Amino acid sequence: MFKKILIVAFVTMLGAGITGIKSSPVQAAGDVAHPASQEWTTDGLFGFFDRKQLKRGWQVYSEICASCHSVRLLFYRNLQEMGLAAEEVKKIAAEAEVAAGPNEDGETHNDGELIVRPGKAFDKIVSTYPNDLAARAANAGALPPDLSLMTKARVNGANYLHALLTGYKDAPSGFKMSEDMNYNPYFPGSQIAMGEPLSDEGVEYADGTKATVDQMAKDVTAFLIWAAEPELEDRKRMGVKVMLFLIIFTALLYAVKRQVWAKLH
Amino acid sequence: MSTPTWKNPIVQWVDHRLPIVTFLDHAIVKYPTPRNLNYWWNFGSLAGVILVVMIGTGIMLAMNYVPHTSMAFDSVERIMRDINYGWLIRYLHVNGGSMFFICVYIHIFRGMYYGSYKEPRELLWIIGIFIFLAMMATAFLGYVLPWGQMSFWGATVITNLFSVVPFFGEAIVQWLWGGFSVDNPTLNKFFSFHYLLPFIIFALVFIHLWALHTHKSSNPLGIEVQGDEDEIPFHPYYTAKDAYGFGVFLIVFLGFTFFAPNFFGEPDNYIEANPLVTPTHIVPEWYFLPFYAILRAVPDNFVDIWGILPVIIPAKTAGVIAMFASILVLLVLPWLDTSKVRSAKFRPTYFWLFWLFFIDTIILGYIGAKPAEGTFLLIGRLATAYYFLHLVIFMPLVGKYEKTKPLPDSISAAVTAGGPDAKEGS
Repeated sequence: MFKKILIVAFVTMLGAGITGIKSSPVQAAGDVAHPASQEWTTDGLFGFFDRKQLKRGWQVYSEICASCHSVRLLFYRNLQEMGLAAEEVKKIAAEAEVAAGPNEDGETHNDGELIVRPGKAFDKIVSTYPNDLAARAANAGALPPDLSLMTKARVNGANYLHALLTGYKDAPSGFKMSEDMNYNPYFPGSQIAMGEPLSDEGVEYADGTKATVDQMAKDVTAFLIWAAEPELEDRKRMGVKVMLFLIIFTALLYAVKRQVWAKLH
Repeated sequence: MSTPTWKNPIVQWVDHRLPIVTFLDHAIVKYPTPRNLNYWWNFGSLAGVILVVMIGTGIMLAMNYVPHTSMAFDSVERIMRDINYGWLIRYLHVNGGSMFFICVYIHIFRGMYYGSYKEPRELLWIIGIFIFLAMMATAFLGYVLPWGQMSFWGATVITNLFSVVPFFGEAIVQWLWGGFSVDNPTLNKFFSFHYLLPFIIFALVFIHLWALHTHKSSNPLGIEVQGDEDEIPFHPYYTAKDAYGFGVFLIVFLGFTFFAPNFFGEPDNYIEANPLVTPTHIVPEWYFLPFYAILRAVPDNFVDIWGILPVIIPAKTAGVIAMFASILVLLVLPWLDTSKVRSAKFRPTYFWLFWLFFIDTIILGYIGAKPAEGTFLLIGRLATAYYFLHLVIFMPLVGKYEKTKPLPDSISAAVTAGGPDAKEGS
């Protein structure tokens, strides 16, 4: 009995230790507002991608966010895996210009102009800016971060993004704002260079969904969850099967163990 | 040792020339094992299994990983996105590292609770500490490879620790870096070492097992095996028990891998390394946190407090010494513990000291994740002081003055007497 108590205590302490460790970065951020938890279809053991939502999210990204933020780890072909039709992907890719050089004379530029061709599905999604310096130059010195891994690269990533996108407010009286900055309590330091990106009816959804700020924030975050973890759905589906197998298998192993040891007593 | 005659002629032919079957028969089939090992004894074999998993997944990752500062981060993401089941292999490797440390920490605490390190198993314990040290080095090197922000800044912090070595410090650090800061030569070197060290661990594990099989396993009662009635063959008893334990372990391991693969990780490591941007808080992986807390616990006025030290030791140096000492002191634990009785079951005072020490390490781990300031720093200092107080002062004293409970006559007597230990290992 006492042994059982000890085991419980051990596991509890281990759990407490791990929880303490996990909660630390949030608390370490100190003055930052805590993002409210939203429901994501990708949460939980049976998490999945809502393909319609991903399409809406892609629309918000490509019409609004993409003017500054890249998703440099994604290829156009990935959009087909996301749920767009092959023809649609080709069309989207073809709208982009991709460096085509060098030509047969070994030149990448023609009269100082980059030699380009229309994008193909196998190309990486083309960024607005050719590099970080160009991005900074166009954004008053601030670098719009790449969004490919954003939901994994921030604590509580998805909820944080949603809170950030919907959290723009007027600065409280007495709060000293720097030039060209915007007040957002969810951003470390509460000042963010990015202006409020979303406004009601900022995009016109093809599926008729009403484009409120909240809806767009959720959709684009769902899209970014997919962009960061395109394997998520496969992973969880496989995980459920593996767990079911393991539970049965381990139960059998336990029965075998009991059977083998029964001879001893 | 007579050579058995094997029925199968091929087996017999081989065994006559290379007695590998006989060896295996001795080592994992007939191998006599105390009959009362409980489930805490599962974690040694679990650690062995996870080592093999780490080497297997690691070799596969190395096939697609590029150890170059401009490509490392993207090559990891390519593994995650474009390699068939690359995400599975990488997440197994990432979470496997944490599982390895969980198993080994339980294994070490088990050894401490049951006094497994005592005569004649001192070397077995010492080799184990060397395995632990090699694991820590391997884990640190591996964490640098994805070239995220924590990789880079962790590498910067840890390599800088070596600068405190007298006379050679700077040379050592520059050699580790392969230059004057953490950069591409560092990454190349770390990749090479990260691939090398697991095989050294593997060799150490065999030496660990060699020592183990010389005096056999200790047991929860901590008394020696006295006869055949105290022992059972490893197979089928412990193969069955280890297999069941392995099933439970897999549920935990794969549970994290499939459903919370980044639970143990730092989000910052999904941001590519940037030497110009320092993260707000540089924290190591969770399994280093207690030692990180000890490193940062030493106060700046450490020398003033002691006053008697003949040389001036800067706080950083003292911190590094404390951190390494916190691990190296474990090497002499078999001699620091003066008690004749092994198991904490029969040591009422040590029982509580053990759990206090365990809680102390958890507190250190918690503090290691916090910024080194204010109350956190104070708690960290007290916990660090207690860590050494326990090992260096309490262990020798309690062994001398403790009144231990009477030991059972034999393992079989205790197991069959219907006493509190009767169900041990069932």
